[in-house]
Amino acid sequence: MADNNEVDHARRRFLIAATTAVGGVATVATAVPFVASMMPSQRALAIGAPVEVDIGKVESGMKLDIEWQSKPVWIVNRTKDMLATLPTLSNRLVDPNSEVPHQPPYCKNLTRSIKPEYFVVVGICTHLGCVPTFRPEKAPPDLGPSWPGGFFCPCHGSRFDLAGRVFKGVPAPTNLVVPSYRYVNDTKILIGENPKAAKS
Amino acid sequence: MTNKLSALLGWIDARFPLTALWKSQLAEYYAPKNFNFWYYFGSLALLVLVMQIVTGIVLTMHYKPDSSLAFGSVEYIMRDVPWGWLIRYMHSVGASMFFVVVYLHMFRAMLYGSYRKPRELLWIFGMLIYLCLMAEAFFGYLLPWGQMSFWGAQVIVNLFDAIPFVGPDLALWIRGDYAISDATLNRFFAFHVIAVPLVLLALVAAHVIALHEVGSNNPDGIEIKKHKDPKTGIPLDGIPFHPYYTVKDMLGVAAFLIVFAVIVFFIPEMGGYFLEKNNFIPANSLQTPTHIAPLWFFTPFYSILRANVFNFLWIPAKLWGVLSMAIAVVIYFFLPWLDRSPVKSIRYRGPIYKMALTLFVISFVTLGYLGTLPVDPLRTVLAQIGTVIYFLFFFLMPWYTRLDKTKPEPERVRW
Repeated sequence: MADNNEVDHARRRFLIAATTAVGGVATVATAVPFVASMMPSQRALAIGAPVEVDIGKVESGMKLDIEWQSKPVWIVNRTKDMLATLPTLSNRLVDPNSEVPHQPPYCKNLTRSIKPEYFVVVGICTHLGCVPTFRPEKAPPDLGPSWPGGFFCPCHGSRFDLAGRVFKGVPAPTNLVVPSYRYVNDTKILIGENPKAAKS
Repeated sequence: MTNKLSALLGWIDARFPLTALWKSQLAEYYAPKNFNFWYYFGSLALLVLVMQIVTGIVLTMHYKPDSSLAFGSVEYIMRDVPWGWLIRYMHSVGASMFFVVVYLHMFRAMLYGSYRKPRELLWIFGMLIYLCLMAEAFFGYLLPWGQMSFWGAQVIVNLFDAIPFVGPDLALWIRGDYAISDATLNRFFAFHVIAVPLVLLALVAAHVIALHEVGSNNPDGIEIKKHKDPKTGIPLDGIPFHPYYTVKDMLGVAAFLIVFAVIVFFIPEMGGYFLEKNNFIPANSLQTPTHIAPLWFFTPFYSILRANVFNFLWIPAKLWGVLSMAIAVVIYFFLPWLDRSPVKSIRYRGPIYKMALTLFVISFVTLGYLGTLPVDPLRTVLAQIGTVIYFLFFFLMPWYTRLDKTKPEPERVRW
C-alpha cells in the first residue's frame, strides 16, 4: 500500500488502461447501429425480388432491356451467325471458359445461357459500372476490323463478345455477370431465381 | 462614445481574449515582407469557402434530396426562385474556383518548399482539407441528379468494388442499394451539407493555427525568425499581417471577384468544364451517356485510373487503376520527407529539380486534359507516359533532390 502522499503509478496506469478498453468497446458497440443503418433498407431489399419477363417478343438478333434490383438486365436473342462467332474467339478472351463464377453453374458453358439463343446478362460493365452498348454488327469503322459483334463500354473502352466474355487488353477484369434465372415456360423467364432442379 | 466603446472592449477582454487574439493573430502576427503573387491563394480559398457555405445554405432551402424531385428542384431554383440562378451558379462556379485557388496554393508550396520542416503538419492539414474538398465536390455533384451526377457516382462508388474481399459489400454499404438510388442521393446530401463541412471547418482552423504557430514560409524559403530585433524580438524581415497583408489580400480579392463575376454572369458552364452538358438530362439508370468524364479537377486522377489496362503480379488491371489513383493523391502527404534538398525555394534549387517540376506540371496538365476526352489507343499510351512521369517525380525525388546542384540561400529575404 502506497503512502498517502505518493501516487501509485501502477494502479493509475491500470485504471487508465481499463477505462480506455471498456470505453473503446462501448464506442465500437455504439457505432454498430449507425454503420448498419447505411445498409440497404427492408424496402430496398424487397424491390430486389425476382421479376418475370416475357421473352417471346424479342426478335432474332434483338435485345430487350429490363430492370431488376435497379440494374439493367438484357435479354439478347442471338442469331445462328452470332452464336457461330463464340467458339472462334477463345485466344482473344481473358476467361473464355467462364472460370470466374460470374454466372450460375448451369450457365457455365460456351453460350453462357440455359438456351443457347437467349442470352440473359446484367448490363453493367465489370470495370466501373457503366452500361455497355450493344454492337452486334461485324467490323464497324469505330471498333476495328476484328470486331466480331458484342458489347462495347463507352466509358473506358472495355469490350465483350456476344456471350459477355471480356476481351484481353481492356480495363474490365472479368466477364459480364449472368444473373440466376429460370424458364417459367417456353417464352417466360423469372430473373433472380434458380431453376427448380438445379441447386444454386 | 469612444470611451463607452473602449469600456465595452475592456469588459469583453476581461471575459474573452478578444484584443489578445486580434494582436496575436493579425495586428502583431509578423509575416515575411517578401510575399509575392503566389501568396494570394490562401486567403482566396478562405473567401471561396465562405461563399460556398452561404450560397449552399440558401440552396438547401429550395433543394429536395429525393430522386424523384431533385432534378426538378434544381430547375425550380434556376427558373422560379428569385435570384436562384445567381446563387446556384455562384455555388457551381465556386466549386471549380475553389479547386483553381487550391491547386495554385498547393503549387506555391511546391515552388517554395513550404511543406518542408517545420511545416510538415501544416502541409498535412492542408492535404486533408484537399481530400475533404474532393469529397465535397463528389457528393455535391450527385445532388442535381442529372446523367453525369448519376454515372459519375456509379463509376466512383464502383472503385471500391475493386478492393479485395470487402469491396462489393463496401460499395453496397456506401450506396445503400444495389445501384445508385434514392438512398444514395439522400445520404450524399447529408454528407455534402453537414458531415464533410464540419470536418472541413475544423481542418481549416487547424491549418491556420498551425500556420500561425510556425509562421509563413516565403519565396526565399528561409526562416525569418533567425534574425530578430534584439530589443523587441520581432523578426527583422517581418511585417504585421494587418494592415500590410490584409490590404494586399483585398487587392487579390477584388481581382478574383472580377474574374468570378465574369464567369458567373457570362460563361457559368465554362463550355462544359464547370457544368457538363449531359447533366441537364435527368438521371437514367438504364442508359449510360456515351462519354463519361468527371469535372476538370478530378481528370488528372481519372486519366491515371484509365491508363491501367494491364494485369500483372496477380493483380487485375482494375485494382491497379484504383491503387494508382489512390497513391497519386496520397503521395502528396509524403512530400516533406521525399524532398531531401538542402534548400527549400525554387530560387536556389538546381536545374534537375526545375526540370522535374516542369515535367510534373506538363504531365499533370496533360493527364487532366486527356481525362476530359473519350479513350482511344493513342490517348491511352499518352496517359500511360504521363502517369509514369507523374509517379517518377515523387518516387525519384529523394535521389534527384540530393544530387541537384543548389545555390547558397541568402541570410535575409530578398524582394
